[in-house]
Amino acid sequence: MSAYEISIISIIGINVILAVSLNMISGFCGQISLGHGAFFGAGAYAAALTMVGSGSVPLAIMAALLTGSLLGLAVGFASLRVRTDFLAVTTIGVNFLFVGFVRKQAWLGGEMGISGIPATGFGPVGNMTMILLFAAATIALSLYISRSWMGFAFRAVGEDEGAAATLGINSGAYKLAAFGIGTALAGLAGCLYTFFTQFITVDAFDFIFSVMLMAMVVIGGIGSTWGVVVAAVGLTLLPEAIRFVNDYRLLVFGGLLVLVIRLAPGGLTGMVQRAFLAVRRS
Amino acid sequence: MSAALKLDDVAIRFGGVQAVGGVSFSIKEGDFVGLIGPNGAGKTTLIKIIAGLLRPDKGSVQLSGVDVTADGTAARVRRGLALTHQIVRPFREMTVLDNVALGAGYRRTSSPFRALMHLDRRLEYERAAEIIAQVGLAGTEKKLAGSLPLGQMKRLEVARALAVEPCVILLDEPLAGLNHAEASKQVEAIAAVHAKGITVVLVEHNLEEVMRICRRLIVLNNGLVIGDGEPREVMADPDVHEAYVGGGMASHAEA
Repeated sequence: MSAYEISIISIIGINVILAVSLNMISGFCGQISLGHGAFFGAGAYAAALTMVGSGSVPLAIMAALLTGSLLGLAVGFASLRVRTDFLAVTTIGVNFLFVGFVRKQAWLGGEMGISGIPATGFGPVGNMTMILLFAAATIALSLYISRSWMGFAFRAVGEDEGAAATLGINSGAYKLAAFGIGTALAGLAGCLYTFFTQFITVDAFDFIFSVMLMAMVVIGGIGSTWGVVVAAVGLTLLPEAIRFVNDYRLLVFGGLLVLVIRLAPGGLTGMVQRAFLAVRRS
Repeated sequence: MSAALKLDDVAIRFGGVQAVGGVSFSIKEGDFVGLIGPNGAGKTTLIKIIAGLLRPDKGSVQLSGVDVTADGTAARVRRGLALTHQIVRPFREMTVLDNVALGAGYRRTSSPFRALMHLDRRLEYERAAEIIAQVGLAGTEKKLAGSLPLGQMKRLEVARALAVEPCVILLDEPLAGLNHAEASKQVEAIAAVHAKGITVVLVEHNLEEVMRICRRLIVLNNGLVIGDGEPREVMADPDVHEAYVGGGMASHAEA
């Protein structure tokens, strides 16, 4: 396997974790977050500092999970106060704040980022395998949550918080849970990204990246784990396969996003379901 | 025996308007009480206070002897209060069965962690199917709740309220917007709720139905209780009569 193939598969695995974890927050629980890049970045920086300080892979993973989750809970508390569009704007703000903060911090490498991060010692194939295993575990967790009573309650909170309360569901606790779990996984993805690149700058975690993650969720079909996985793989490969897409990445993703929201709000999952129903009817 | 629902000197003011001004009443277990009053009398505000959507400026709300004044809606539901909305709010993207089963599983959803630990929904689906049949919605289980006509959605609200095994059920205008046939089915469903021994508090504009099914009436006007007792006696009271017949001007001023 070439180094290029290994790197593409690693990036796919990381993007799958990010998109699936964002889907838990925005798809399952209906809390629109356009700042997922910040939690990804927080995990990456926490892992980088831990690796530089201790060189311990398990410690770096723990630090990334914890940092992503703590930052996510802080934003989750905001979700108790603001809703829908206002929450989306708040999360955009969090992303800009994160980038702006990191740029000015000498201990986080400022504009230059953190380089010379110690290797995990697993080699490129080992790293890739670890990323794929974590991606598989994330997908499994997402499928489990959607089938559990937690997923059931998430759907209720996402659709109508007031009505959920009349069924005894404490919406605030569920929103915090969604943010806590989703952003912990984003932190994990950040950690894996750090292991993979061994060099991070804050530009990788900006708002544009958060929008790309949201595009993966919406195009895949908001709320559908498998749809989001397919979209994450497809939209990661697309710029690699077609040069034009790579040059005009934002234009193509933005255009796709608008087309899906306008013509097929259910995303890929909705299209497949409709096609399946049409075939069954005929 | 403690009262199922007790309000003690509950008052709330919005700016210059005293929406509810010191309301006290006690409803005993198993009773069927109508809460009525002309438009702007403070009924909706009082319901919101009982449901935990508004915090009163003073006074307390007790459910089965427990002070719940500081609790939110979800916590009150867990203490035995159920409510239906004046404007129906089903989970439109869920099936009728899921809507009711989610209520039936209220013990499983008491905390996110507990909810995460449970997958099995069979018991809740069985209970939900029974409740759906009780309110006369059998056969609609697999339909999306958003696709039901208004009359059925109103009964779905009652079914969801029943699913949380309440001691007290608060019905906010369950007959509003229904035609005669739908209203009579809804009244049957409500009577069945009361027959289970559940305390019913009914807020309704349809006085004819209220007089027919309630055992006790509490009449509000301008945020105060102006009548309380057996329905016919209460309606014969000159003050109550005045509030309804001559209340047009006053109610507009307050609304």
